[in-house]
Amino acid sequence: MKKIIITVVGKDRVGIIAKVCTYLSEAQINILDITQTIVSDMFNMMVIADMEKSGKPFDVIADELKALGDEMGLRILAQKEEIFTEMHRI
Amino acid sequence: MPSIKEVLETNRMIEHDLLDVRTITMGISLLDCASDDVGRTCGKIYDRILKTAGKLVETGEAISKDFGIPIVNKRISVTPISLVGSGCCHGPEDYVKIAKTLDRAAKEVGVNFLGGYSALVTKGMTTADRMLIESIPETLDVTDIVCSSVNVGSTRTGIDMDAVRLMGKIIKKTAERTADRDSFGCAKLVVFCNAPDDNPFMAGAFHGVTEGDVVINVGVSGPGVVKAAVDRVKGENFEVLCQTVKKTAFKVTRVGQLVAQEAASRLNVPFGIVDLSLAPTPAVGDSVAQILESMGLERVGAPGTTAALAILNDQVKKGGVMASSYVGGLSGAFIPVSEDRGMIEAAAMGALSIEKLEAMTCVCSVGLDMIAVPGDTTEETLAGIIADEAAIGMINQKTTAVRLIPVIGKSVGETVSFGGLLGYAPIMPVNGYSCAEFVNRGGRIPAPIHSFRN
Repeated sequence: MKKIIITVVGKDRVGIIAKVCTYLSEAQINILDITQTIVSDMFNMMVIADMEKSGKPFDVIADELKALGDEMGLRILAQKEEIFTEMHRI
Repeated sequence: MPSIKEVLETNRMIEHDLLDVRTITMGISLLDCASDDVGRTCGKIYDRILKTAGKLVETGEAISKDFGIPIVNKRISVTPISLVGSGCCHGPEDYVKIAKTLDRAAKEVGVNFLGGYSALVTKGMTTADRMLIESIPETLDVTDIVCSSVNVGSTRTGIDMDAVRLMGKIIKKTAERTADRDSFGCAKLVVFCNAPDDNPFMAGAFHGVTEGDVVINVGVSGPGVVKAAVDRVKGENFEVLCQTVKKTAFKVTRVGQLVAQEAASRLNVPFGIVDLSLAPTPAVGDSVAQILESMGLERVGAPGTTAALAILNDQVKKGGVMASSYVGGLSGAFIPVSEDRGMIEAAAMGALSIEKLEAMTCVCSVGLDMIAVPGDTTEETLAGIIADEAAIGMINQKTTAVRLIPVIGKSVGETVSFGGLLGYAPIMPVNGYSCAEFVNRGGRIPAPIHSFRN
């Protein structure tokens, strides 16, 4: 399993989850978990996904998600999981 | 799996609190590049650097993208060049040829600094050491990204006062040779006591002779993250303050450890150490001084500053050591004046003096760093300042260093700008009473009593 963490931050609007999920589906990236919360009126979503079966390399996925975010006026960031597990788990 | 709270916390550190990995530094041994012909030695050095570090920059950038963490600098440290050139250099001009080769090779592989134009002369200078030191002013003038350091003392050996006196002269000559660039050459020159072999930070990085062929060392950063954490415990007692700094340092260092292991694995090079140093930049919110001010000081330099810095330094180490499998280098808090907005402001308004900075160096990781002084400061006074700082290092069994810039043509009240990470600084006043008779005695200061531990 090659886990990536996708965070979406921005002003809430209709269809954010739909667009992100459509992209992930087309890229053969399997969603393992979705969490969302509102912090200071900002929409915050985290998707944990597995890119093992995706034909695309990580840097392409990261760039395409960023571009998708730019289209919707949101900040979408894809990162490999290790930075979070290393920082917060002993 | 990480929680959304943890993910947002990490990303807030990166985006708002300027968390970054300050440097991935590849240490490369050049010992076997030595020969009896300077041209041949230069050729071997160039080939070795290109072959070994060719993928360093692209690997650093790929890791940065994978984890979403900025890796600000990719750098190289090499074996002290006085050793590498000792068989083929017949004068300072031959050492300059090696320096130009290093500059060319470093630019070719795309790193932003290369350290190791160095001599280790804690007890005495060989002819080669002296030639290298004599070549430093020209080298720092004619090269762009080569950094130089000289280790003039240690707790085990005492202080080579001949080298200290010589370095006073060399700093002054370097300032004069680069006077048209606000004496910028001196920003690339460090004088050490107890220099570590595995320091990844410039300008003092070199690849010590105790090291293997190649190694990856990583320097973390994160003053902004620590400041944000300290801001959140305003008014709490010292127990809470110390725990907060320690926990934050742990998290910051874990990122450094991850990056170090990834870089070592992808480059197929052994992982050396993570250096825990909190390294400031002139950017807003990336200041060590402002952490101390968040602890409750009106301005850095106020009474209490040394104690606050001691807390910071110690807690950073306590948190960091647990977070990394190998810790080394300088590991502490840096207090470079020109590279730290809070230091710059405090120095400009007179809250912070060189004497207070000297006291602060007793409890933090390095020394008098990136301090601009009047251009008419004498070489004897510069040597006296180096001797004071080296004595602090020797007696306290710690690394100390001096990176002073006597800015030719400028005096107290004026400002000098070096640009980029090196920042800008007000010219600080230096005690005007002479130490010439003291530093001109010659010889060396014996090793201190506590060095005799056998």
